[in-house]
Amino acid sequence: MGEKILLANIDIPGIRGFDVYRANGGYAAVEKALLEMTAAQVSAEINRSGLRGRGGAGFPTGLKWSFLDRKSDKPRYLVCNADESEPGTFKDRYLMHHLPHLLIEGLIISSFTLGVNTCYIYIRGEFKYLVGILENAIREARQHGFLGEHILGTDFSLNIYVHPGAGAYICGEETALLESLEGKRGNPRIKPPFPAFKGLYGCPTVVNNVETLATVGPIVNMGGDVYAKIGRGKSTGTKLISACGNINNPGVYEIEMGLPVEDFIYSPEYCGGIARDKYLKAVIPGGSSVPILPADLILNTAKGEKRLMTYESLAEGDFESGTMLGSGGFIVYDEDACIVRNTWNLTRFYHHESCGQCSPCREGTGWMEKVLYRIEHGQGRMSDIDLLVRVAKNIEGNTICPLGDAAAWPVASAIRHFRHEFEEHVLHPAAVLEKERSLIKFF
Amino acid sequence: MKHSNIINHPQFTREGRPVAFSPNILNKVQSLMNRYPEGGQKSALLPVLHIAQEELGGYLSVDVMDYVAALLGIQPIEVYEVATFYSMFYLDKMGKYVIEVCRTGPCAISGGEQILAHLQDVLEIQPGETTPDGVFTLKEVECLGSCGTGPVMQVNTEYYEKLTPGKVDRLLEELREYANKNKPGDSTWVKKFC
Ligand SMILES: Cc1cc2nc3c(=O)[nH]c(=O)nc-3n(C[C@H](O)[C@H](O)[C@H](O)COP(=O)(O)O)c2cc1C
Ligand code: SF4
Ligand code: FES
Repeated sequence: MGEKILLANIDIPGIRGFDVYRANGGYAAVEKALLEMTAAQVSAEINRSGLRGRGGAGFPTGLKWSFLDRKSDKPRYLVCNADESEPGTFKDRYLMHHLPHLLIEGLIISSFTLGVNTCYIYIRGEFKYLVGILENAIREARQHGFLGEHILGTDFSLNIYVHPGAGAYICGEETALLESLEGKRGNPRIKPPFPAFKGLYGCPTVVNNVETLATVGPIVNMGGDVYAKIGRGKSTGTKLISACGNINNPGVYEIEMGLPVEDFIYSPEYCGGIARDKYLKAVIPGGSSVPILPADLILNTAKGEKRLMTYESLAEGDFESGTMLGSGGFIVYDEDACIVRNTWNLTRFYHHESCGQCSPCREGTGWMEKVLYRIEHGQGRMSDIDLLVRVAKNIEGNTICPLGDAAAWPVASAIRHFRHEFEEHVLHPAAVLEKERSLIKFF
Repeated sequence: MKHSNIINHPQFTREGRPVAFSPNILNKVQSLMNRYPEGGQKSALLPVLHIAQEELGGYLSVDVMDYVAALLGIQPIEVYEVATFYSMFYLDKMGKYVIEVCRTGPCAISGGEQILAHLQDVLEIQPGETTPDGVFTLKEVECLGSCGTGPVMQVNTEYYEKLTPGKVDRLLEELREYANKNKPGDSTWVKKFC
């Protein structure tokens, strides 16, 4: 049983409400930070903890916070990224649903540390039912003196507001999110300037993921050094992994970083193995934007070492034979899954979600979708496969925001590792289509 | 964070019906605007459009958008830009229940394609269409952030998870009954069946 930090109390009945949460040690971290520590001391603990952003990029949180422009006389903002729309990712929803106060606590401590008095939670519009849960938690925290003016009798004041989006994956990208929060289309901004200098309303802003912020309270409680001892190397602490696809136990799991991928997939404590006793074919371990790996490469690196659930181990081998931890959206494919169909499906997603500002992304995703559609539907040509590789290559790195890369990597990696399947589709379209029809699943 | 009080300029539809929020809703809009700093009132646009869609006919007609623009003190074009960008805003009349089926990868490999096909068969409409009785609109959407309990669909604001064709049939039946009684869908349904 690995260490549980975020989800340790999740099974306590009523933990969603303030009283039970408080009775189980809730808000002690806020008291400790606000009454016994200075902002600089909290920052130092976060630095020492080695916490890295859980939204996808894994950027060190303490370092990100240190970039915030503290010389500006404009107000500063903290924005919580609860847009969670990366296919395969559903951990933030789980966290907010069951432990809203853990997030509120993290927001209070982070705002105190950053010198922020207004904080927005930008939540995807589809999660409307969570808005009520979060607003209720905010109300409770305010009633008990943890929000509002002069929190716990200090000079520190904070308001938190929940702001719904309206259905657009791109608004998870931090600058698109800020545009959207300002009431505009979610078009990512050109960086620099970075949000740390010019963010919301042109003011210094920090954008962090829900899980990142929820981890701040526990770190203050246990101390950065203790947190850093959990996990492995530069992947400190625990990570929420949302597991889905063809496995026995889909769900959200908190793992200690460093757990072997094989244990995560096959242990009854986690995924519980492949559903219906099928074989493992492939995994996308970090949300649909990260490269797909075939079974042998996800279980062991190309060098033959056991692959671990850490930022470093999953990336081992770079694009040749590695992938990324990303957001922790762990998608498992069994032997029956059609990689071509799946790649077409995901490319359609990126095409649909491209904001359309840059031609390589807008046109490239549409082109790839069309070509993949024709391969999947039996009208592909052999030259299409290399065409896809070329288009993906030309999108990568040539766009304003990383959605372009996110659209290119799944295609490039699927062809790199499963080229034979694409060829099979071109050479024997009738046979392939027949096989797919026979595998239609009803549960 | 205080804004001057909002001024209510009702718009009129082509048939001359006024388009305006009730005083209660106007209060809500005002308090939403107060969440954002001076000069940032446009931030309330997405939340207010959600309310407008819910309160003023289930979709954002040009009249409704013009009314929201006047309410927030911004140009109508700024509202049109936003309303056309986000998938949750509807620009045309919708059925009473909008069924949005997730079509993205993880749902697709756990039976989502079959759920969509089943809905098309039973409702006899294609994605994007509304049943002739105006009760159901079928839509395909991208990942709903619920991939572990796929296949998933959203009906208005409710999530329905771990779907099977049988569950879909029972839900449709139930919703049809509600539609006849003119009641909103029952939010306990998920617990009952999932
Ligand atoms: C296309 C795209 C979508 C993204 N979606 C999300 C998201 O839904 N949630 C999230 O927390 N971060 C998302 N990110 C990452 C954010 O831009 C940002 O890096 C993150 O919120 C930073 O928080 P962290 O440092 O705590 O991880 C997305 C990035 C891109 C490029
Ligand atoms: S890469 Fe795509 S999503 Fe990102 S800004 Fe360019 S067009 Fe928009
Ligand atoms: S893929 Fe359907 S909810 Fe994520």
